[in-house]
Amino acid sequence: MQYQSQAVAKPYFIAAIGLFVGQILFGLILGLQYVVGDFLFPEIPFNVARMVHTNLLIVWLLFGFMGATYYLIPEESETELHSPKLALALFWIFLVAGALTVLGYLLVPYATLAEITGNDLLPTMGREFLEQPTITKIGIVIVVLGFLFNVTMTVLKGRKTVVSTILLIGLWGLAIFFLFAFYNPTNLVLDKVFWWWVVHLWVEGVWELIMAAILAFILIKTTGVDREIIEKWLYVIIAMTLITGIIGTGHHYYWIGTPGYWQWWGSIFSALEPIPFFMMVIFAFNMVNKRRREHPNKAAVLWAMGTAVMAFLGAGVWGFMHTLSPVNYYTHGSQITAAHGHMAFYGAYAMIVMAIISYAMPMLRGREAANSEKSQIMEMWAFWLMTVGMVFITLFLTGAGILQTWLQRVSDNPEPFMVVQDKIALFYWMREVAGVVFLIGLLVYIASFFIGGEEKKATA
Amino acid sequence: MSGGFTKAMARNIFYGGSVFFILVFLALTFDTTTALPKRDNRAAINETVTLGKKVWEDNNCIGCHTLLGEGAYFAPELGNVYIRFGNSTEAIKGFIAGRPKDGIPGRRSMPQFNLSAEELEAIAQFLKYTSEINTENWPPNIQG
Repeated sequence: MQYQSQAVAKPYFIAAIGLFVGQILFGLILGLQYVVGDFLFPEIPFNVARMVHTNLLIVWLLFGFMGATYYLIPEESETELHSPKLALALFWIFLVAGALTVLGYLLVPYATLAEITGNDLLPTMGREFLEQPTITKIGIVIVVLGFLFNVTMTVLKGRKTVVSTILLIGLWGLAIFFLFAFYNPTNLVLDKVFWWWVVHLWVEGVWELIMAAILAFILIKTTGVDREIIEKWLYVIIAMTLITGIIGTGHHYYWIGTPGYWQWWGSIFSALEPIPFFMMVIFAFNMVNKRRREHPNKAAVLWAMGTAVMAFLGAGVWGFMHTLSPVNYYTHGSQITAAHGHMAFYGAYAMIVMAIISYAMPMLRGREAANSEKSQIMEMWAFWLMTVGMVFITLFLTGAGILQTWLQRVSDNPEPFMVVQDKIALFYWMREVAGVVFLIGLLVYIASFFIGGEEKKATA
Repeated sequence: MSGGFTKAMARNIFYGGSVFFILVFLALTFDTTTALPKRDNRAAINETVTLGKKVWEDNNCIGCHTLLGEGAYFAPELGNVYIRFGNSTEAIKGFIAGRPKDGIPGRRSMPQFNLSAEELEAIAQFLKYTSEINTENWPPNIQG
């Protein structure tokens, strides 16, 4: 670790992994509720478990992004963090607020939660992914602004690199687009149009900048390839991200009351969205091939290459599969959407966070560069178990989605939703089995942190 | 990526391309908002529909259902439920009010939300309003 203040990243990473475990446990509950409909009913109905599952995902990724930023910004800026104390204070505020929100979801009916948190004053709740009470949303804004102040001050006083600039643009974009979460008109169409300004412009916009910047940082550190080359790649990748992704928002504007011309704009631009993800694959593999050093942390390099590949498959390929409007007409809001969402989030965002954790954690725990070989092998087993688990979750959901689309929407005698759900239950069972494999992978991942042994040294 | 293509060129493509497409997106969004009054059934929005959307949100209906295809995929699409239920707000109200408190053994069941008569009417009117939005003929058929 080159700068003392990088140490604030550690609690962020630990919290991220802890919340990740919670997310997966609730994922398994949801998967079981798909086939055993009354499981935990009425104590934890599906909508509550889903809210916990998706909100924990968002929060642990935010913890991961913040930890990544606190770790890499001092090194990029070649200076200590502006205020490590502020970073730690915000950590506890965010963790407590997040925990209280999840407890609120689980302990009181959602309508009661809305009432006691004053949702009537500024109604923002009850929309997918934005279920948090309005006061939690305000808390998120305060934490993120404090975080942005801290890192921006650090960058301003130190060396400015392309990596830190792109990371900052991504993080500021994250904060700015979140403000649309507070706009909730009665007009459902307007509500939906601007709801996507949070959701789409996050995950298919500014979050990709964050991902690409973190990936570039890891590749600079682990491959020793000239920074100039990596930064050029970074610019081209994120240029393609925004050139395709901003108008690509149109692929959400096909069937929600918006004008028909979005079917053209959305189809054409979102069809190009896989390009930046494919470039990330080429980028990661090229840089590793051209490496000028043998970094002892093989696990981190595996995560870095893995995130590029899985993001391309999940976001790029599975996204393209249903993005053209004539296809989407039949697949919109089906299990195809769920399949895409799972692999895209895992590949692009869960894996980039695990990549930076894998790279940074050994140093944060006082090692020179890497964990012992034994620990790394265990971590790589975790990588494969989770990744293969996710591939099968995605494939089974895709199978379910194809059948659902056929039986409910395409066939000559469309059948009711619940009739179709019963017919495709086998796929949901198999998805649950794949989910258990994923959980095992996650447990192996956590266990790998507790494997000691002699630090692996560079071979070259 | 070497030779004539420099980092400065890559940077310019990023900043120039992003700003250009943000402007295009803003222009399209502006055009959309001016086209919406003819499509989004806003004339039907009254106090009851407004309350209905609040009931919809306060009970996190989107956590199981889709509405115009967006939401969770655990329970039926509701954008066209008014039509599927025979253009009847009474049928919608009856369904919601009649959910068993303890569920149905082994099967998915909507929770009993204990809505008041006013809230039931409001959610039904909200779903009627939603069904009359011009969605380019989505969903493909009555089953949603």
